[in-house]
Amino acid sequence: MGDLHAASTAALGLILAADPAVMGIVGLSLQVSLTAVLLAALVGLPLGALLAVTRFPGRQSVIVALNALMGLPPVVAGLLIYLLLSRSGPLGPLGLLFTPSAMVIAQAVLIAPILAALTRETLSGLWEEYAEQLRSFGAGPLRAVPTLLWDGRFALLTVLLAGFGRASAEVGAVMIVGGNIEGFTRVMTTAIALETSKGDLPLALALGLVLMGIVLAVNVLAQVLRSAASRWAG
Amino acid sequence: MRAPDTILPLCVEALRFAAGGVEILHGVSFTLEAGPPTVVIGPNGAGKSVLLRLLHGLLPPGGGAVRWATAPDRSAPRQAMVFQRPVLLRRSVMANVAYPLALAGIGPRERARRAEEALDLVGLSALADRPARRLSGGEQQRLALARAAALGPEVLFLDEPCASLDPSATRAVEEIVAALARRGTKIVMTTHDIGQARRLAGDVIFLHRGRVVERAPAARFFVAPETPEAAAFLQGELVW
Amino acid sequence: MVTLRRGLLAMVPAMAARAASAQERTITVASTTSTEQSGLFGHILPLFTRETGIVVRVVALGTGQALDVGRRGDADVVFVHDREAEERFVAEGFGGPRHHVMYNDFVLIGPAADPARIAGLRNITEAMRRIAEARARFVSRGDRSGTHAAELRLWQLAGVDPTQGRGQWNREVGQGMGPTLNAAAAQGAYVLADRGTWLSFRNRQDLRILAEGDERLFNQYGVMVVSAARHPHVKAAEARRFVEWLTSPTGQTAIAGYRVKGEQLFFPNADRPEPARPS
Repeated sequence: MGDLHAASTAALGLILAADPAVMGIVGLSLQVSLTAVLLAALVGLPLGALLAVTRFPGRQSVIVALNALMGLPPVVAGLLIYLLLSRSGPLGPLGLLFTPSAMVIAQAVLIAPILAALTRETLSGLWEEYAEQLRSFGAGPLRAVPTLLWDGRFALLTVLLAGFGRASAEVGAVMIVGGNIEGFTRVMTTAIALETSKGDLPLALALGLVLMGIVLAVNVLAQVLRSAASRWAG
Repeated sequence: MRAPDTILPLCVEALRFAAGGVEILHGVSFTLEAGPPTVVIGPNGAGKSVLLRLLHGLLPPGGGAVRWATAPDRSAPRQAMVFQRPVLLRRSVMANVAYPLALAGIGPRERARRAEEALDLVGLSALADRPARRLSGGEQQRLALARAAALGPEVLFLDEPCASLDPSATRAVEEIVAALARRGTKIVMTTHDIGQARRLAGDVIFLHRGRVVERAPAARFFVAPETPEAAAFLQGELVW
Repeated sequence: MVTLRRGLLAMVPAMAARAASAQERTITVASTTSTEQSGLFGHILPLFTRETGIVVRVVALGTGQALDVGRRGDADVVFVHDREAEERFVAEGFGGPRHHVMYNDFVLIGPAADPARIAGLRNITEAMRRIAEARARFVSRGDRSGTHAAELRLWQLAGVDPTQGRGQWNREVGQGMGPTLNAAAAQGAYVLADRGTWLSFRNRQDLRILAEGDERLFNQYGVMVVSAARHPHVKAAEARRFVEWLTSPTGQTAIAGYRVKGEQLFFPNADRPEPARPS
């Protein structure tokens, strides 16, 4: 109980003091995770929409594979990307290992299947409603993809938030490919892991509270946007 | 004024359709010409909605043929359809009307002109910027009509457009349909509402248990039906 | 006009500096959790950067992993503490030559209750033997780190086969020093730790140092530049500069100057033969 109290006091202190090191870590966390969500969305959203509207042999297997990839352990994803990006790996010449870019890639790989699977689920209902009307307009499944993505935009915001939550909470993969380098690739989660291993549990917990606060703030913001917008659109 | 490359007449030959092993249409044949509205009437379950979807190409025939005067790639863009429950995009009223115009490859300026004209026709100009799905049921169906009308179709299919509307909204929709018919659009409409059929029909196709039982000009059909089934239906005795 | 031109002129070096810093003046050092977590790098690296303009990025891992990172060419310098493994690394041609930098020492930590009765022992092998005999709980790194290697060496010297007790009194956690100390604190177990990590470790519960001072507990650190012949992208010049600085009087003084709670953690010995080691 004393530890928890100390942690929340420390968390408050970290925020109020706006310590540049902590702010840098927070900033990098947001930058990496938001970029990863953006990248993953570029692939995951159209893929999910395509799976919602098309019927082809093997579609079911793709869906099962996506659902399985949602459970991909971050450490495994991290290791794979580590081996790819390592100087001795196929993408070694890019020199991306132990950089924020590597962390973005790792998080994007982790959440792209989540975004695709959730997008498919979200848009299948909409497609059921729209399919006949769109066919009457002469729009095939491919043309329906952008329409569904746009018309499902408010629901998809929730999908993006789920991706952001997973990305920003992830530690295993970014630890491996980022290296937790102070001032360069240290993000909230790896900082928490570091403070935990130093045995400074209150500080680790305080950083955790700050992280939760950030994720909460992003969610609240998105929710406010969403409800305002969907009140408009019905 | 008719486009020179008319897609009519439409010849329907021995059209069959089954779903889930149940035969819904048992060989339906008729011809549709340009002219006043053709109303497909019949009790619930007669196969009216399925027939309309087959004609519009939303369902593949199980047998027989739906033959337009031109090839399918020319005939499809000259048709439009409005459903019993309007499917409105989660966008503004104006954007809903503009959407199929954009799909048809019509440029922004012409798109705006046609959309405004169509909204004016259905009396929704004042609501152009409102979200479509916030409209009342009657307004939504009028918007669906405007969206179809903006495409300038030669043939417009209407599947029970007033089934879920109150009387005043029904009247508004009927007026729009009559206006479109006067402008030369061939209306093909299903309804189970005999009063509505009387008000709008030029000729009638009476569909019963998946067969065309009677085909007649409206003036004669409602006064002197030739078949006992039609007579029973008009007297309100044939519900199924 | 004049001010404008002066402003523009002032921007040029600033931009050039930024471009340069974005370019090449960084090196990646694969090192151990003990050096990073003890705070040593936080103390000495800013001094090095101020002097040379080279920014050092430290990836802190176990010694075995750090050497692997060097083998794959993912770091420019390896700075670790397991002499045998380091010499193998050099012999295999992955880098070198190896330089002594400093040493610190291990301490044997345990619960205040001290069920194996080792408190105050100076003879480390005797202490280890008593733990095994009492079958008192011992938490092992189990992660191929330098500390793990030291553990195993000490067990061998004590004539104990720790694999006999694996999963029972001897628990391998396969983690870094900090998590291992956390595990020991939670279980009231014995654990071998480097003094630096122990001093800066906060979650001690009732753990304390029970045995220390045996020279067989000395822990030598070595540093090597990764072979540019094998990995051409290695920033050899900057990496060599770092190694030179570490072993120079300036670097050695900086290392000696790092203290936690008044205690010196690392003892520079680049210019001296390393302390006697068991072999």
